[in-house]
Amino acid sequence: MDRVPILKIGDVLLVSIQVDMSDQTALQLQDDLAERIVATGCHGVIIDITALDIVDSFVGRMLSTIASISKVLDAETVVVGMRPAVAITLVELGLSLNGIRTALNVERGMELIAAARYDEGGYGPDGDDADTETTAVP
Amino acid sequence: MVLSAEESGRLAGLLSGHADRVTARWTESVVASLRGRLSQAELRRQLQELHASMIAAAEGGLVDLDDDQGAELRALLAELSRGRARQGFSATETAVSVYALKDVLLGLLDTGDAHALRDFVAYSRLIDQMGLFTFESYVRTRESLIADQAEQLLELSTPVVKLWEGVVAVPLVGTLDSARAQVVMERLLQTLVDTGSPYAIIDITGVPAVDTQVAQHILKTVVAARLMGADCIISGIRPQIAQTIVALGIEFGDIATKASLADALRHVLRLTGVETARRNHRREA
Repeated sequence: MDRVPILKIGDVLLVSIQVDMSDQTALQLQDDLAERIVATGCHGVIIDITALDIVDSFVGRMLSTIASISKVLDAETVVVGMRPAVAITLVELGLSLNGIRTALNVERGMELIAAARYDEGGYGPDGDDADTETTAVP
Repeated sequence: MVLSAEESGRLAGLLSGHADRVTARWTESVVASLRGRLSQAELRRQLQELHASMIAAAEGGLVDLDDDQGAELRALLAELSRGRARQGFSATETAVSVYALKDVLLGLLDTGDAHALRDFVAYSRLIDQMGLFTFESYVRTRESLIADQAEQLLELSTPVVKLWEGVVAVPLVGTLDSARAQVVMERLLQTLVDTGSPYAIIDITGVPAVDTQVAQHILKTVVAARLMGADCIISGIRPQIAQTIVALGIEFGDIATKASLADALRHVLRLTGVETARRNHRREA
């Protein structure tokens, strides 16, 4: 069975989907990801779907579920690299990925997560700096 | 079958027997209708080719233009009408080049002879067929010209320009139908991916009218861009268009709309500018 690898980069978990998703693969990914978020204490999840030619309602629902699970575990989810053809198909089908943040590429996705963490004033990779700053500024 | 094998043979005899007279008179009657837009020498050369090809076909026992014997003649006629269509001659002017042969043939025949007249009717049928074929080729050439131009127009009219680092703009000019909207959407989304720009400005200054369909196309583009992680701003909304949009009850929701491209750019810069200002502030502190 195919297994989707999960990479850790700093405070972010990167999931790059390269294979066609089946029920089994999707469930496995949800399990693995939840486990990794808890184990690493990361606060961001980036799902890269550059390689996906087709995003149907099944994959859409899987993305929504992953986003919800991550949210419960206090991690922000960003879907990156959606192809133009995929976006057009989703719009034509009337499927909107509710509650999912999107970015053009992985780089922008990481910026987005960093900005979100900063807005929350949370503990990012440079969270300690933010703390000292808040105390220093009157 | 428009003429019998014997009639075909007699036609070949008639055409080759008076070859010089036929081409000379033919050229004479056609050149008047073209009003000097084609040189007489050029026309004579074309008609001589046609004449020779007709003789060859008639000697081969041509009974119908669609036959195998007519293949060369058809190719020649198609070539002639393609040339005429490209040079901007009208359909009538093109067809006259063929129909003029009727008068020439009538002049050669002894009109008092009943057999000769019956032959002439048969020849006429063949010439009518040739004329119709010419017209068909003419129309086909024109249609392919129009199709080519429409495609070029589609290519030309939808540029995506980079306005600023991370900001692209699409100045829409002309009526937005489904085909064009599709091209615009695809090109914009592709540019967003290629340049990695998180902001796009859709400028509709050049769109003469916005109805529900056009609005639908624009909205779809914006939603697709959002799905990919880019933000769209609609600019260049003229006063009348704004009134139409409200009258039609079109809702742009939370999509930013600006009166001019300059306003839209300022809006985007402020969005990105705020972020940088914050970071700078943070670093300095």
